[in-house]
Order: sequence, then structure tokens, then C-alpha cells
Amino acid sequence: MDPAPYRRPYWNTQPEYLFPKYASTLKRAPSQPLVVLPHTLSEVTAPVFGHDTVKASDSDLTKQHKGEPLGERIVVSGRVLDENGKPVPNILVEIWQANAAGRYNHRVDQHDAPIDPNFTGAGRFLTDKEGHYRFMSIRPGEYPWRNHHNAWRPAHIHFSLFGQGLMQRLITQMYFPGDPLLDYDPMFTCVADEKARNRLISSFDWETTLPEYALGYRWDIVLRGRDQTPMENRR
Amino acid sequence: MSLRASTSQTIGPYLRIGLEWMQVEDMASKGVAGERVSIRGRIVDGDGKPVNDAAVEIWQANGHGRYAHADDKQDKPLEASFRGYGRSLTDDSGAFRFNTIKPGGVPGPGGKLQAPHLSVTIFMRGLLKQLQTRIYFPDDPANAQDPILALIPGERRSTLIARRTADGTLEWNVVLQGKNETVFFDF
Repeated sequence: MDPAPYRRPYWNTQPEYLFPKYASTLKRAPSQPLVVLPHTLSEVTAPVFGHDTVKASDSDLTKQHKGEPLGERIVVSGRVLDENGKPVPNILVEIWQANAAGRYNHRVDQHDAPIDPNFTGAGRFLTDKEGHYRFMSIRPGEYPWRNHHNAWRPAHIHFSLFGQGLMQRLITQMYFPGDPLLDYDPMFTCVADEKARNRLISSFDWETTLPEYALGYRWDIVLRGRDQTPMENRR
Repeated sequence: MSLRASTSQTIGPYLRIGLEWMQVEDMASKGVAGERVSIRGRIVDGDGKPVNDAAVEIWQANGHGRYAHADDKQDKPLEASFRGYGRSLTDDSGAFRFNTIKPGGVPGPGGKLQAPHLSVTIFMRGLLKQLQTRIYFPDDPANAQDPILALIPGERRSTLIARRTADGTLEWNVVLQGKNETVFFDF
């Protein structure tokens, strides 16, 4: 029997390749028709990573150097679920982000803001058996980019997730509540469904806030789910 | 319960910060069974310019045609030392590289065998979601029967088949737009 396929994206909740407001899509979006891919064994399986790859200390971005990074300490945590509400355990989550001043520790970032020698901005976590993840970091700064006149990116953290099937692979960005730059950002506004956009925004979480140490932000991530019943010839 | 999948966002230009720690270009250590293959390629944009900030990822079965994953319940040997995963970040010339083994065939729709292939996922600045495509192997008679290649218009099929070069390496380039555009899947 063929494996149950993953659900196709819900209308207006996933971006199109060509999105002219994000100028870099113009020369990089495919121009020819896409070919609909059936979900075979190759698509419903995915690489598996273990604690030989990821150490517990990889999730604390504030402890990777001699000194403490500058900025406001934050705890970012949440759950990874699939569209059927099932937790997604034991998957690799990778994050990267700018420092508190809005500068990436990267040769192509020329923004005139200081590099923090105590902050690299990369972390890893393997979700636990209930799909939980947790990172300790500092709140990233906003920064300018050259997409359009006076363009600024809202504060965000990049997230990469593997999933249990190749069709669950997801790279996305987490935003912060109340950021006034969100409405001007062509990446945040790349889908028409407002509720879908708002699900990219974390919420302040008093419960995971550490007294006299760090503010808690909570953000759940949903990966695609399998169709509940296998169907023949489904596109 | 029914939830909606989180919206994809671009990997952006600073992917190396988060992803470089796990570049896996040599995917098969000594002793892994199967025909050794070296794959080289470049990614170019709609102006033919190299894409120097892409992540290319491979997912593949082992030489026997079995994936290192619990949902592959085929009665074929597993190899503990072969994960089947590769990641290469493109350099200034847009180039990526993998050294691996040619996978065995795996079942496709209706139990029909698929020709040996590598699943390829590509992320880059300027893509709000990943590109999904495949690499097939040159001169493999199974390609003619492959149920996925059969879905692709004949004149575009060759974009998914690597080319054997004089020194034996396999060349497979990614053309993002235009006349020789690589076939990408709606996945």
C-alpha cells in the first residue's frame, strides 16, 4: 500500500515563489510550471539525528564565549506539532539570529552596528518526546536591508526544522509581539492569510520567564500532517 | 484536532551562521556498500549569475534501496554508518558538491520500483520556501520506467539526470529560471 501522503498547503497560508515586493524573488523564483510530486517512500521519510550530533549545551546561545553577550536575555520555547495535533519528537531544530544591536556575525553583513565578540548567534536542539524545544538567547535587534527605501527587518530568529518526513522540512522565522516593523516587512506579509502570519509571532510567556534573569517567549511550530486515510490517486 | 502548518520564510543571506556546523559533503564513509559517485554542480539565477548563498540538501536510500528511517519497513539491509543525508552550502561560484554512493531503487506509487535517485531540497535568499527536485543517474535503464520522471514533460526530463564528465564525476546544475530551467516539484 502507498504511504499516506502529507496534506497539501491550505489556501493562502504558504508563500508563492514569485513575490515582487521581496525583490530577490524576481531572479530566483522558478518561471516554468512545477510538477506535482506524489509522496512516495522517498518523501515520507527523512534524516534522523541523535544526541551524538546535538549536545545539551548547544541550546544556550549566551554561553558560547568567555563573556556574556550584550542585550536582553530571553528563553524561547515551545512545541513542534503536526497538523493533526501530534507532537513531533526527536527532530533537529537549528536557529540563528542577529545580535542585540541587529548585526549578524557574517562577512556579508555590512550594517554599521557592532559585532558582539561574545555572541555567535547559532543554536541547536533535538525535540523531546512531547515535541518540546527550548533555547536560551538574547533578544535580536532590528536591522536595515536594501529591499526598498528605508527598509528594516523586524526582530526575528531563523528556525530550521527537519521533521519525520522530507515533506515536513521547514525553514521559517519567529517574530516578537508588538513589533511595529511587522506590517512593513515583505517577508512577514508574504501570505494573504492574516491568521497564518500572526502564527509566526511568539507570545510573551510569564510561566517560562526566569525571575531576575530572562524574559520568556513561547512559540509553537506546526509541521505538515499526514492525511488520515490513505487514498488512491490523490494529488 | 486540526492545525495549519506554519508559514515558510526565507533562509535569508546569513544561513552559514546556523547551518555551516553540519556541512555533510562526504556522505558515505569507507565500508558503506554501493557504487561511489561524486556529484558536482552550480546554481545560477535568471541572469545566469552564480547563487553563492544557497543550501543544498540530499536525502537518499542506501545502496540496497533502504532509507535509514523507521517508516521504511522493507526487508533490505540497513547500514548503521550511512544516514543518507547531505548538506552543501554553495561557494562564490555557486558550486556545491557531494561524494556519496548510488542508492538502490525504492518503491514508488502502486509498489512500482523507482529508479535510483537523490531527493534534493534547496534553500536560498530570494526563495520564501524551498525548492524540491531530484537527481537521477545517467545511463540507468530504470530511468525509462521511473514513475516520477514519467510525470515530467519529455523535453524537460533531462534537467533531472546528471551528466557523466570525462573524469567520471557526475555534473548536475541547477538553473532557476528560463529555457533550461531545472524541473522543480510542487510538493
